[in-house]
Amino acid sequence: MFGVVQRIQHLGAAGINFITRVGEAGLVLLGAIFKKPNFHKSFPLLIQQMYIVGFLSLPIIIVAGSFIGMVLALEGYNILEKFAASDELGPLVALSVARELGPVVTGLLFAGRAGSSLTAEIGLMKATDQLSSMELMAVDPLQRVVAPRFWAGFYSMPLLAIIFSMFAVFGAYAVGVDWIGLDAGSFWSNMQASVDFRIDIVNGIIKSIVFGFFTTWIAVYQGYACVPTSEGISHATTRTVVFSSLVILGLDFVLTAMMMGGW
Amino acid sequence: MKNRGIVEFWVGIFLLLGIAGLIFLAFQVSGLTQKSMSHGYVLKADFDNVGGLKVRAPVQIAGVVVGRVTNIVLNPETYQAEATLLIYDNYTIANDSSASIFTQGLLGSNYLGITPGYSTTSYHAGETIQRTNSALILEQLIGQFLFNMKK
Repeated sequence: MFGVVQRIQHLGAAGINFITRVGEAGLVLLGAIFKKPNFHKSFPLLIQQMYIVGFLSLPIIIVAGSFIGMVLALEGYNILEKFAASDELGPLVALSVARELGPVVTGLLFAGRAGSSLTAEIGLMKATDQLSSMELMAVDPLQRVVAPRFWAGFYSMPLLAIIFSMFAVFGAYAVGVDWIGLDAGSFWSNMQASVDFRIDIVNGIIKSIVFGFFTTWIAVYQGYACVPTSEGISHATTRTVVFSSLVILGLDFVLTAMMMGGW
Repeated sequence: MKNRGIVEFWVGIFLLLGIAGLIFLAFQVSGLTQKSMSHGYVLKADFDNVGGLKVRAPVQIAGVVVGRVTNIVLNPETYQAEATLLIYDNYTIANDSSASIFTQGLLGSNYLGITPGYSTTSYHAGETIQRTNSALILEQLIGQFLFNMKK
């Protein structure tokens, strides 16, 4: 009897804890983005973070995009060839990359490459009392540290997803047309006939914006709220990557279902 | 921390690459320019059966895309399918043309083909194409074939 009561108690405690955390994360976001920014001061900070979060992620995004496009082209060709439909390789690659793989794989790579480093950086700032000393100097750490990092991730993610899709199509072109020897004209024209800008490309970009929002939010919150020890930082970094990846994959399903429902 | 000018330069490159990617996806991958001919006029066509015709399916004359199917609804009085077609402004359709539903290749999707007539007057916006041929339903064809074999 007592054991059952205790279990229910644990469950309740876990529930309260979870809701408290979500509330805290919401407050961090609120403090970071819903305050009147000082553009003179915050713009250079944003550029600095765009460089670290966005530009330095380019190599991994370009390499991953090219290789995923190449593999898709190779696998797709072998299957389509059985149905004498290898001319449809262009649409196959373009649709799967623009709708799904572009946003999702970019999101996962972004969480691993940029999200983890954001968490570790902010966490270490907290562990070395840099955040509290900012507060002592009447500098709001949410404005000075969290906000530029959040916006940098939010702006970089769609750009990275677009660049990923572009290089995946290039990779597929290199394998399909240059190597296997499909006709370049039918590769492009079938692609253009099947891919719709509003339904395929724009929806993919909307997905990447949503993923960027949640990934960066999770990253900055985990850093800001971490236990300020070396172990705490390592836990927070792990949680960033795990939560971001799960949120991306889960939201991808929800968004796809909404978009297919003609939303 | 690097020199601010260098950082700004590379972020600029990053933004340019992103914009170039968007332009590439819009024009080279999705062929936005071809489909942006959304200015046109509306015609209607009633079919006994539209088969697998979908909204956004192309409307073709002699294999050239001259418009899109924008809507398919059931007319509750005649029990016919009423397809709404958007014909691009630079095409006119003679008013004795007939509309039929064809299939692209063996496994392809359906499209609406218009066989032009000889009339010198053409349809105006909002009119209904009079002559239509329904989609060929394979099961019905087989059924008719078997029925005729018995005789």
